[in-house]
Amino acid sequence: MAAKKKTIRTIPQARTPAVEQDPSERARNFSEVSFAYTVDQALVEADRCLQCADEPCVRGCPVGIDIPGFIRKIAERHYQGAYDIITDTNLLPSVCGRVCPQENQCEGVCTVGETLEPVAIGRLERFVGDTAIKEGWANVPYIEPSGFRVGIVGAGPAGMACAADMAKAGCDVTVYEAFHQPGGVLKYGIPDFRLPNEVIDAEIEKLRQLGIKFECNTLVGRLFTIEQMVTEMGFDAVFVGTGAGYPSFMGIPGESLNGVLSANELLTRCNLMRARDYPNFDTPLKPGRHVAVVGAGNTAMDALRVSLRLGAESVHCIYRRSRKEAPARVEEVHHAEEEGVDFNWLASPVEILGDANSTVRGLRCVKMELGEPDESGRRRPMPVPGSEFEFQADMVVFAIGTNANPIIGQTSKLKLNKRGYIATDEHLATSIAGVYAGGDIVTGAATVIEAMGAGRKAARGMKAWLGLRDTESIYQSATAETRLGIPRDERGFARVRIA
Amino acid sequence: MSNFEIVAREDFSPVTYLLEIRYPLLAKAAKPGQFVIVMSHPEGERIPLTIADFDRAKGTITLVIQAVGKTTKEMQRTCKVGTSLYAVVGPMGVPSQLAHAKKALVVGGGLGVAPTFPQARAFQEAGAYVIGVIGFRTKDLIFWDDKFRGVCDEVIVCTDDGSAGIKGTVAEGIKAAVAKHKDIDECVAIGPPIMMKGCAEATRPHKIKTMVSLNPLMVDGTGMCGGCRVKIGSQIKFACVDGPDFDGHQVDFDDLMARLKRFTAEERMAMEHWNDTCRLMKRADEMASASSKSDPELY
Repeated sequence: MAAKKKTIRTIPQARTPAVEQDPSERARNFSEVSFAYTVDQALVEADRCLQCADEPCVRGCPVGIDIPGFIRKIAERHYQGAYDIITDTNLLPSVCGRVCPQENQCEGVCTVGETLEPVAIGRLERFVGDTAIKEGWANVPYIEPSGFRVGIVGAGPAGMACAADMAKAGCDVTVYEAFHQPGGVLKYGIPDFRLPNEVIDAEIEKLRQLGIKFECNTLVGRLFTIEQMVTEMGFDAVFVGTGAGYPSFMGIPGESLNGVLSANELLTRCNLMRARDYPNFDTPLKPGRHVAVVGAGNTAMDALRVSLRLGAESVHCIYRRSRKEAPARVEEVHHAEEEGVDFNWLASPVEILGDANSTVRGLRCVKMELGEPDESGRRRPMPVPGSEFEFQADMVVFAIGTNANPIIGQTSKLKLNKRGYIATDEHLATSIAGVYAGGDIVTGAATVIEAMGAGRKAARGMKAWLGLRDTESIYQSATAETRLGIPRDERGFARVRIA
Repeated sequence: MSNFEIVAREDFSPVTYLLEIRYPLLAKAAKPGQFVIVMSHPEGERIPLTIADFDRAKGTITLVIQAVGKTTKEMQRTCKVGTSLYAVVGPMGVPSQLAHAKKALVVGGGLGVAPTFPQARAFQEAGAYVIGVIGFRTKDLIFWDDKFRGVCDEVIVCTDDGSAGIKGTVAEGIKAAVAKHKDIDECVAIGPPIMMKGCAEATRPHKIKTMVSLNPLMVDGTGMCGGCRVKIGSQIKFACVDGPDFDGHQVDFDDLMARLKRFTAEERMAMEHWNDTCRLMKRADEMASASSKSDPELY
């Protein structure tokens, strides 16, 4: 029996929902909010992919995963095959399936999405990644050592992605991390109910299987400099992916009161340092009973929802624009709302009120209205005169973005741009030969998958610099049949033979 | 990881102790004024400690610790020679700038005496005339006065109760030094915030540049959390990456002291919890030794 050609009418019409913990229950625990697809759910959802010819989703993905390919493998019930396809380009499917803003990427351009709800690509990716962790699959290719040594600064998403590509190209890769555990923002920033620590550890274990070494407790710049790495330490190439990390405050009165902190501090104390298990873990965190979080990005949503789980009675989100402009993933805003977060759109703090003990007692805000679009294309919020209002709060959290971290700039001669981020060319090469940079330390705060995309892009540049054969070479033109002696149809990494 | 071996320990007083830790790379990189962040065990908190000394030849760094909270008291019990700390990361912070002074005043109060020592030594190595002022609560708490005499041209000891040297705080010592020397061109003061505030006030009328080393609460020490923000003049700075050294005449010490009280209630809770655990462990030890006496075959 010949398979009928799928059309938009023959596929399952409704997007398969993921089973989620009940909002009232999950708002008080740190277990994951949504459960992975079961095999049956995954098969139904995989069947919704039209396997269309123009594959807009692949172009929508910052790392270019062969999305129709892995979904086809799921539909064929060949889950390990699906895993191999994803991990050819993305070594962290369990992470990306959970934290990518799919609605702006693959799912946002899905052909099915033109008529129906788009295919749940993120959930399928997570299904494959979680199955692999459960089954212990690993996509470890045979790697021919190239003799080059590569140093990576920062064990976050950008560094991990770059490390994986360089290790696959046969380089001896060492990743340096300032914290006592690798993972970067995945560990300290994203809370367990969105991305459990066990998942990160499992993904990092996969990187170790590629031969990548992780050196924690190492503050590059101060313990040794970037210049020392490429000279006396003998690294042939270095990638800097240290992240943005220097949280912004607004500069309004009352910011040094006790109870005012950055979202980074709240999340680091709670997630990495486990302050939520205080006093079994030693890091303290004074949980707020009435919490106000300023900002509406993913970090703000995490701060809001962590506060709820730490036992806050009321949690308010303050954002100067409207819901439409909020930079957070749609799903996060939706989840936060379900869990009982009170959203104050079009409001901006003007003063934090304190008591006699220098502790926060409230927040004074002003209502905003949207004016003409500014340079970012979003409508500029303007305060409404005479609209100030106050409410009670004992914790005020700022999640309004970060500035460039100064350590690398203080300690190396790397050229920085006007805003203090590392200046790079289009291939992410910096002003020092052999040193590349990517992720938030180049672009300013962005997403996990964008950082991973930058890590992979820098890896292509580093391979070109080292003269490693790479069919994705930056010198490859789209038209020539061969380039530098490498045939166009030779996919993946020339030095790698799949065992 | 977790190979930060303690090679020496010295107890200055019932609450002050010194740890010397083998970490050759860090000893090579460390400069006066910098600090490290230490975790004693995987469940521990990250505490910033100033590098009191470093020995590049031996490959060790020295930390002087005062047992004031749960972590430092626990470390006082568990950190023995031969054991390892779980994590030591550094050197953090911008190194002190001490190049140009011809006559320098180096002031250490209490525990702050330790981190001022490498500064005094650096001044001496740069050829400056160094006046050391070290202050303690009482005679029994004095430490490192001999080390200071080795690198200073003059040493003034102050004690709060007058049991040794000048009676009074280090501010009295500064007054004495300033009265004798009109040409002091730099002062470095390290110690508790109240003491550094006193030093800044003592030097302000004489317009002597005074650098202080601030010790706010920190988590990561890399500029990422902003917990250590301090008011310097009209600006907000992060002590971990913009400091820890700042112009003492610009620092808002009252703000710093208020922020240091952030977790007072939690710290008390941790102490109580830890004391309870200690009591239980002591009971368990006693019971174990009692049972071992009654039933030697168990062991």
